[in-house]
Amino acid sequence: MTDRAFAVVRAGALTTVQDQGRPGHAHLGVPRSGALDPGAARLVNRLVGNPEGAAVLETTVTGCAVRPRGAVTVAVGGAPCPVTVDGRPAAWGAPVRVPAGALLEVGAAVRGLRSYVGFGGGIAVEPVLGSRSADLLSGLGPEPLTDGAVVPLGAASFVPGAVGAAPWPGPPEILVLRARLGPRDGWFTGEALRTLASATFRVSSASNRIGLRTEGPALERAVAGELPSEGMVSGAVQVPPDGRPVVFLADHPTTGGYPVIAVVREDDLAAAAQARPGTPVRFLPYR
Amino acid sequence: MRTRPVGDHALLVELDDGAQVRALHTELLRRRAAGALPAVREIVPAARTVLLDGLAETRRLAAELPGWDLAELPERAADPVVVPVRYDGPDLAEVAALWGVSPEAAVRIHSAAEFTVAFCGFAPGFGYLTGLGARYEVPRRATPRTAVPAGAVALAGPYTGVYPRSSPGGWQLIGSTDAVLWDTAREPAALLSPGTPVRFTAAGR
Repeated sequence: MTDRAFAVVRAGALTTVQDQGRPGHAHLGVPRSGALDPGAARLVNRLVGNPEGAAVLETTVTGCAVRPRGAVTVAVGGAPCPVTVDGRPAAWGAPVRVPAGALLEVGAAVRGLRSYVGFGGGIAVEPVLGSRSADLLSGLGPEPLTDGAVVPLGAASFVPGAVGAAPWPGPPEILVLRARLGPRDGWFTGEALRTLASATFRVSSASNRIGLRTEGPALERAVAGELPSEGMVSGAVQVPPDGRPVVFLADHPTTGGYPVIAVVREDDLAAAAQARPGTPVRFLPYR
Repeated sequence: MRTRPVGDHALLVELDDGAQVRALHTELLRRRAAGALPAVREIVPAARTVLLDGLAETRRLAAELPGWDLAELPERAADPVVVPVRYDGPDLAEVAALWGVSPEAAVRIHSAAEFTVAFCGFAPGFGYLTGLGARYEVPRRATPRTAVPAGAVALAGPYTGVYPRSSPGGWQLIGSTDAVLWDTAREPAALLSPGTPVRFTAAGR
């Protein structure tokens, strides 16, 4: 077998292959998916000399460990974490050369949730509908990594060095989400709209790639009854019957029947995806 | 027709009924193919709305849309996708009882109707099909099943759907099919997409 591959030594809590997702298929019920912190995924690709949309690993909380069969340049970014090669400390947020057969360990996130591991040449699993992203809602794309799996890499055809190292904003202590009201803010009481703007919510541990769930005051509906299913966007703040807002992330369903009180700006979603359970959340609604 | 902003880059167009949704969706696809629509990432028809997502800015289209003249829907040009069904679902008797007919009559009603995919969602390849009259609407089951098998033909509200893969579900199961609803190795992957005409035929019980 080619040496353009790595073996998974420790898969970690949830490590998936992600690129910039598969837009354009929402009308068929296919989520956009893709890296939850797309800026981090783009940057680790630039650090190893890949096109920004190449497929990378997205880890969750506990990192992962892999053993490349051939020498490869890697870069780890996103959530800050310790990085080692055969037990020796290596740089985070900068290109690192990993020799053939060496063990690359991406440690547990020190802050934030999701680290990104870019490999020179990119991860070369078979694309589905033009994307290598694992979509955990509908099961498209590669399965999450498992111990012992072998993952193919593409041929490195770009020269690293476009970026040597990159500054990285740490995940904030308080998650502040700017959100445009609507399209269904009229389905909620004035009190619910005031609560959305003034209360401090917390990130729930039930959050995942589909949505950032929150704990806090329930938002009360002014309109009873069911909303016919309508199209959903990333950042939609959907309010299920329990009144606890859910912010839709990359693997969200493409249509849904619970009213959306507001939509979080796309620029703020990467921070949402890096916020740990318990992090305070404030919404800044605007019209 | 009325539009609502959805964040800064999407627009939700509200319409009176499913027929208008179909007409607007058809017109949007026609204009996009003709290069007469601003760049848009997703066009998602649903029950009473069409979502346009990934617009650079929404104001101009929002102002322009209500002035559009939605042509009458063309007669069905395409032949319907035919889905052979074994009407053997565990809820067939209950559905027949809700309709006030025998199970045999329920099968005749369902297999005589002309369906259209109103929209998709829930799972890749899952279409919400309209075509049964309003008097044949049925409620969802009080307790959803934890696993509905792939190929299950099911009813809920005004819709018929076919489960592309095994998943939890609360719809009433009236039959099963071997038709492959979703196959990413096939082009197109989805057997059913918005606007597709569909007929169900009885393939034994």
